[in-house]
Amino acid sequence: MMHFGLAAIGIVACAGLAFAEDAASPSNEATTVGKVSTPPPEPTPIKSTDGKYLDKEGNPTFNITADGTVDWFTYSGFRHYHSECHVCHGPYGEGSSYAPALKDSVKDMSYGDFLTTVANGRKNVTSSTENVMPAFGHNLNVACHIDDLYIYLRARSTGALGRVRPANHEGKPVAAALQENSCMDQR
Amino acid sequence: MHKVLFAACFSAAAVMASGGAQANDELIKMQQNPKDWVIPAGNYASTRYSTLKQITADNVAKLQVAWTFSTGVLRGHEGGPLIIGNMMYVHTPFPNKVYALDLNDENKIVWKYEPKQDPNVIPVMCCDTVNRGVAYGDGKIFLHQADTTLVALDAKTGKVAWSVQNGDPTKGGTGTSAPLVIKDKVLIGISGGEFGVQCHMTAYDTKTGKQVWRAFSEGPDDQIMFDPEKTTVLGKPVGKDSSLKTWQGDQWKVGGGCTWGWTSYDPELNLVYYGSGNPSTWNPKQRPGDNKWSMTIFARDPDTGMAKWAYQMTPHDEWDYDGVNEMILSDQQVNGQNRKLLTHFDRNGLAYTMDRTNGELLVAEKYDPKVNWTSGVDMDKASPTYGRPKVVDQYSTDKQGEDFNNKGICPAALGTKDQQPAAYSPDTQLFYVPTNHVCMDYEPFKVSYTAGQPYVGATLSMYPPPGDTHMGNFIAWDNKTGKIVWSNKEQFSVWSGALATAGGVVFYGTLEGYLKAVDAKTGKELYKFKTPSGIIGNVTTYEHGGRQYIAILSGVGGWAGIGLAAGLTDPTAGLGAVGGYASLNNYTALGGALTVFALPQ
Repeated sequence: MMHFGLAAIGIVACAGLAFAEDAASPSNEATTVGKVSTPPPEPTPIKSTDGKYLDKEGNPTFNITADGTVDWFTYSGFRHYHSECHVCHGPYGEGSSYAPALKDSVKDMSYGDFLTTVANGRKNVTSSTENVMPAFGHNLNVACHIDDLYIYLRARSTGALGRVRPANHEGKPVAAALQENSCMDQR
Repeated sequence: MHKVLFAACFSAAAVMASGGAQANDELIKMQQNPKDWVIPAGNYASTRYSTLKQITADNVAKLQVAWTFSTGVLRGHEGGPLIIGNMMYVHTPFPNKVYALDLNDENKIVWKYEPKQDPNVIPVMCCDTVNRGVAYGDGKIFLHQADTTLVALDAKTGKVAWSVQNGDPTKGGTGTSAPLVIKDKVLIGISGGEFGVQCHMTAYDTKTGKQVWRAFSEGPDDQIMFDPEKTTVLGKPVGKDSSLKTWQGDQWKVGGGCTWGWTSYDPELNLVYYGSGNPSTWNPKQRPGDNKWSMTIFARDPDTGMAKWAYQMTPHDEWDYDGVNEMILSDQQVNGQNRKLLTHFDRNGLAYTMDRTNGELLVAEKYDPKVNWTSGVDMDKASPTYGRPKVVDQYSTDKQGEDFNNKGICPAALGTKDQQPAAYSPDTQLFYVPTNHVCMDYEPFKVSYTAGQPYVGATLSMYPPPGDTHMGNFIAWDNKTGKIVWSNKEQFSVWSGALATAGGVVFYGTLEGYLKAVDAKTGKELYKFKTPSGIIGNVTTYEHGGRQYIAILSGVGGWAGIGLAAGLTDPTAGLGAVGGYASLNNYTALGGALTVFALPQ
C-alpha cells in the first residue's frame, strides 16, 4: 500500500485505493480527504476517562470484558450507526452494494481522518461510480455521537464485536450524558 | 395526436363517459394493445397482466435470450422499459439516462438523454439511487429525475420540451417514482420520508409543465385537498382539520408521508389511487397522534386533486411500514355481486381488498403468516375502532418506549412487500405477489431534525423469521377470501415486479439474478435463467414482428442491496447458520443490463 504524505483537509492525494478523488466536495468547503494517513495503533485500551477508553495514542477505543460486556460508547455507537449510517453502509459496518464497509475503512484511517471525513463528506464520481457521502458536521445526531460511531466501528474492525447487538453494556457515564445534552442543544 | 385542451376542470365522474377528444383517450386505446407496454404498470389498473399468449406454460421451458442491452450504469435498477410500436424506452438509476431503442433496426439507439444533476443528491436518496421508470403521453416521455426535476422529452427526438422542479433536494426531497399521465396532466409524487419532507402528489400540464394542483399528505385541509363534508373515511365524512388534529404542533411540516410508490387510475370513476409513506421520524414517541394522512390510501379526482375517500392503514406508524405499494384495480364478483375492487399489499404485512368506488373495507388479512405486530384489523362496523389494526403490545415500539430494543417484530421495516409490484390475472383471479420474509429488532430513540439530513431515530437489525432459512416468498393470493393459494420459497427477498400473462405463465426476477417463469395455477417452476446481475426490476412483455418477448432489467441494489449485500446475519455465528443466511455478494455483483427473451424461431 502506498502512502502519499499526510492527508489533511484540502490535500488531495491519489493512492492506489478504491476512492478516486475529485476536487469538488459535497459541502462547499474544500475537503476531499486523500488517502492515507497513518493507520491507528493497536486498539488496546490503556486508560479510561469518564467511561471512555483510550488507546496508547489517546484515540478513543472500545473495551469489551471477558463476559462480553461492552463499554457505553460501543453500545451507543451501535445504535447510532444503525440509525444514521446503515442506510448506506449496510448493517454492522459490512458495506452495501454501493458504499464501503466501514469496519474495514477504519483499519486504514486515522482517528483524525475519520472525524474529517464524517464532518466534511467525500465524493467519488467517475464514469463508473457515483459515490457521494454528505457532510455530517452539522448533523447533531451524528456529530454529537462521532466518538461513539468510531468506537463501535473499531470494535467491529478487529472482530472483537461480531455482527450482533451488544448483549450487555456498561451504564451511561454521567459525563457522557451531560456532554450529549449540551451538544444536542446547540441547534 | 390530440390538440384539444380542457378549458376548465371538470368536476366529477362524468368526464370519461362524456367522451370527446381527450389526451388520455390515446393512452386508454394504446394500453389495450397488448403488443405495446405504454404504462409502467402495464395499464391504468396496474394489473401487470398481458393478453399475449404465444409463450405458454407448455412452451416456456424453451425460452431463449433474444438480445441484451447494457445500460452503462451500476447500482440498483428498478422499474422496466416502455414499448410503443417499434420504440423501446429504457431508463436507468442516477444519473437517470433514458435510451430510445429502435426495435425495427437492430435495437439501435435512436436518442439518448442524460441530464446533468448535482451529485450531492445521491446521498439524500435513502435507499440507493433507484428510478422506477418513465411515462408516456401526448407524444412525450416523462422522467422524474433524482433531483426532482420532472422533464418532458419528445418521444421521437429526445429533445426537452419542458422541465419543472418538483421538490427541493437540499431539504431531502428526491425523485424515484414513475409518473402517470392522465388526460392532459402528468402526476408525480416525491421521496424523502427519512428526511422530514412534507410530501405531496402533484399534477402538471402535459403541454406546458405548469402546475395544476398539489395535494400534501399532511397539513391543513386546503393543503391536503380534503373537503371536510365530501371526503370520506370508511363511508363517513372526514370532518375539519382531519390531519392537523393528529399531529403535535407544527410536526406535520416535517411529517413525511411520502408518495414515492405507484399510482393507478380508474377512467370510469375518474379516480386516481396512490398511497403515502411513513411519518417522520421513525421514533414514534416523538410524534404522538395518528399522524394523518401518512400510511394512507387516497382516492382523488385527477382533474381537481380533491380527495373522494381516504383510508389510513397504519395509524401512528411504529415500524416504518410505508403505505405506498401499488393499488391493483379489478372488477370481480364478491358474494354474487359485481364489485369494483382495489387490492393493496401493504408493507405492514396485510393485504387489503376495498371497494374502490367508496373506500369500503372488505378484506384485510396477513399475506405472510409470520406477521405478528397486529392481531388483525377490526372489521366490526359498529366498533369505535372499526378499520384500525389491533397492535400487539409486545411489538409496539411506542408502548415499549424509547431506548427499548423491541425484538422479533415481523415484518421488518422493509415490509412483507416493498414497492416491487404484484400482478393480477383475470384468468385465474389470483394475485401474484413478490414478498419479503424478514423480521427485525427495532429500537427507537430521540433525534433532532436538521433540514436535508436523515431524520430517522431508530436502530434496526433484520434477519429471517426464527426457524426459517429463506428470506422471501413468491405467492398467489385470493383477494376475495384473503388467503394464500400457493407459495414458493425464495432464498432472498423477491424484489422484482411480477408479470401475469394469458399464456398461463407468471414471471418474476430474483435477487440472485434469475428470471423465473412459473405456472399461474400451481406455482410450479417452468423456466429460469441467470441474468448478469441481481433483479430488482419489473418484468415486461411485448410483441414485435410476430414474436412475444419478455424483458427484464438486472442491476442489484435498492434497499435489498443495503440490507442483503453482506447478508442479514453472520454466517459464522450461532446455530443453524446455513446457506439461506448467506451474503448476496456471493451470488451477484453490480451491473445494469436489459435481457430480452423469446421462443426460438
